[in-house]
Amino acid sequence: MRGIIEFDDVAKRYDQTWVIDALNLGLSEGRVTALVGKSGAGKSTLLQMVNGLIRPDRGTVRVFGEPVPVRSLSRFRRHIGYAVQGTGLFPHLRVEKNIALLGRLEDWASERISERVDELMALMGLEPSLRQRYPHQLSGGQQQRVGICRAMFLRPDILLLDEPFSGVDPLAREEIHKRFHALMLSEPATVLLVTHDVAEAVRLASDIVVLDGGRVLQAGALEQVKRHPANDAVARLFESA
Amino acid sequence: MRRAATLLLGILLLVPSPAPSQDKPIVIGSKTFTESYLLAEIMAQLLEAHGFKVRRQFGFGGTLVCFKALKTGEIDVYPEYTGTISETILAHPAPSGSKDFTDQLAALGLQTLPGFGFDNTYALAVTGKTAQRLGLKTISDLARQPQLRVGLSHEFLDRPDGWPGLRAAYHLPQSSFGIDHGLAYRALLEGRLDVTDAYSTDGDILRYGLVVLRDDRRFFPDYHAVPLVRRDLSAAAKEVLGKLAGRIDDARMRELNAQVSVAGKSFAEVAAGFLQDEGLVAAPPVGRLSGIAASMLKNTLVHLKLTGIAVLAACVIGIGLALAVYRSKPISTAVLYLAGLLQTIPSIALLALMIPFAGVGQTPAIIALFLYSLLPIVRNGVTALLTIDPLLRRVAAGLGLTQYEQLRHVYLPLALPHVLSGLRIAAVVSIGTATLAAFIGAGGLGDPIVTGLALNDTGLILQGAVPAAVLAILTELGFELLERKCIPRHMLSS
Repeated sequence: MRGIIEFDDVAKRYDQTWVIDALNLGLSEGRVTALVGKSGAGKSTLLQMVNGLIRPDRGTVRVFGEPVPVRSLSRFRRHIGYAVQGTGLFPHLRVEKNIALLGRLEDWASERISERVDELMALMGLEPSLRQRYPHQLSGGQQQRVGICRAMFLRPDILLLDEPFSGVDPLAREEIHKRFHALMLSEPATVLLVTHDVAEAVRLASDIVVLDGGRVLQAGALEQVKRHPANDAVARLFESA
Repeated sequence: MRRAATLLLGILLLVPSPAPSQDKPIVIGSKTFTESYLLAEIMAQLLEAHGFKVRRQFGFGGTLVCFKALKTGEIDVYPEYTGTISETILAHPAPSGSKDFTDQLAALGLQTLPGFGFDNTYALAVTGKTAQRLGLKTISDLARQPQLRVGLSHEFLDRPDGWPGLRAAYHLPQSSFGIDHGLAYRALLEGRLDVTDAYSTDGDILRYGLVVLRDDRRFFPDYHAVPLVRRDLSAAAKEVLGKLAGRIDDARMRELNAQVSVAGKSFAEVAAGFLQDEGLVAAPPVGRLSGIAASMLKNTLVHLKLTGIAVLAACVIGIGLALAVYRSKPISTAVLYLAGLLQTIPSIALLALMIPFAGVGQTPAIIALFLYSLLPIVRNGVTALLTIDPLLRRVAAGLGLTQYEQLRHVYLPLALPHVLSGLRIAAVVSIGTATLAAFIGAGGLGDPIVTGLALNDTGLILQGAVPAAVLAILTELGFELLERKCIPRHMLSS
């Protein structure tokens, strides 16, 4: 079966080092796929190839069955939500403006924008009183939930999450995981989640891809991989979780 | 904010520019010393009394600036001296009144009108007491008094047509020493000095009761004062100015100068008095003396126009430049270096450098102020853009913002605090620098300062200095307000 995201013999190099090397991978629609591996394994590079922030030196990345476009990238990216570690919230915009930025750019009516902000904030467990705050006035966990709201504003088909939950305390993390589950039930999307935390992958994902040195060690349904690790390295990954 | 900008632009465009198209006024210029101002004001009032529309563009810093303004038509007439025309303006010196003199001027589109009647040449002066005691009347008389101490201004001491030539022509036995011109009169009065050089119409000659020794061998060239005009000035106006021919002799000019420099009267007052005494105008022209507030307002508006246009242009081009170059380290370094170099040029020198390219008046002043304003804006712009968190850039692109949207919604708002503080520096510095623009005939609040300095008239200086200071402070406060309004408090840099 063809995936909604496909990497076809993809390679990428920085200076002299190949961070991704001859990689083939297909991701199924509607699944939450966790991309795990040590730091430097090429996880984030792979994720940024999906929305065209990084171009492969070789091979093709296909999204929605078409190669990632060169022109009209912004149009294409509006179908793909994007949230990152450290949240990347715009410090000059209040919470509601951060969340609604894409809606404004899409010329949504203000009532529609306001309703959507309410809806997303409620789903992610953010108090309405936070709407008028600036990002620096929020806790780390709140900031990350705002980042997810912003990424989901246009109801994208694909959601790219680049370690969006790292760097907050375990309690806050627990809360975010719960909210994320609720969000996915309410507004399903194909999710690609980069994380170095296998426990988080186990918690959130249905599929898993284990990367090492720019190659896929193993990919498949989470339970499958957990039960039948392809090698010791993969097995050790789950032991530590 | 956009509405405010439109309003500002509208105001700027309403401020008078030189050379309005209809009913073109006669523009009268002057240099920056008492006699020049006075003669210019006399011409202005006489023309006004005959129904001409007149614009006063006084206080050009030096002969060449003034002459250039005349040649390019920025001004129509100013008072000049035949010796200066011959020595400084013409390519080949020619005696005034000669055909060569007239032809060379005609080739430049200029002509002289009949002289005012006095000769403001170099002269030697002694105190009245010394003159009486030794019976001194002429320079020749000095040859018999070798004991006299001669102290001369440094310029006169060195010029071949000054002391060296004079001494040879009259066989003067005295040696001489250099002394600052301002100190020479005092030294003369205190008896530390017996003879010094002077301008023959200097008002201070009257003030200190000095005696000018006659140049009986006619060593000094003539410095007859004449109206120097453009040939295309209307015949009617030339005829009116012709009425001044021969009206002012050396003594009269000295006395008129003294009314300003000693008695502290205004040019307008002295000029009006003279014209009435001569029966050239009937009643005192009204409105000039009560017009301090009006002239301050006018100067302030011109000042705002000069700085406003310059800073707005520097803002648009500076931010554009910053956006264009910030991505490339070598190019942005080069641009900042160039802008920094521009900034090191002393402002008065930059203004002077504009003259060969853009002439005199408001345009070169605006260009100079623009160049001056560029550095703080470009530098702050580049710094601001370079310091934007790379993560925010990535997120802005990754979310699907177009290039323009990234600029509009992310880069510019994030750069705004830096950009505004650059603008603030540019605006405040421009307001200060623009006061110097009066030297190249741009007008503004520098006008009364320059005139006041030339006359040692504190009141006049303050008419320019106080509004300039107030303007700078208001601008500073305005920007502070703008920053508070446009930038969330936590984003303010300080």
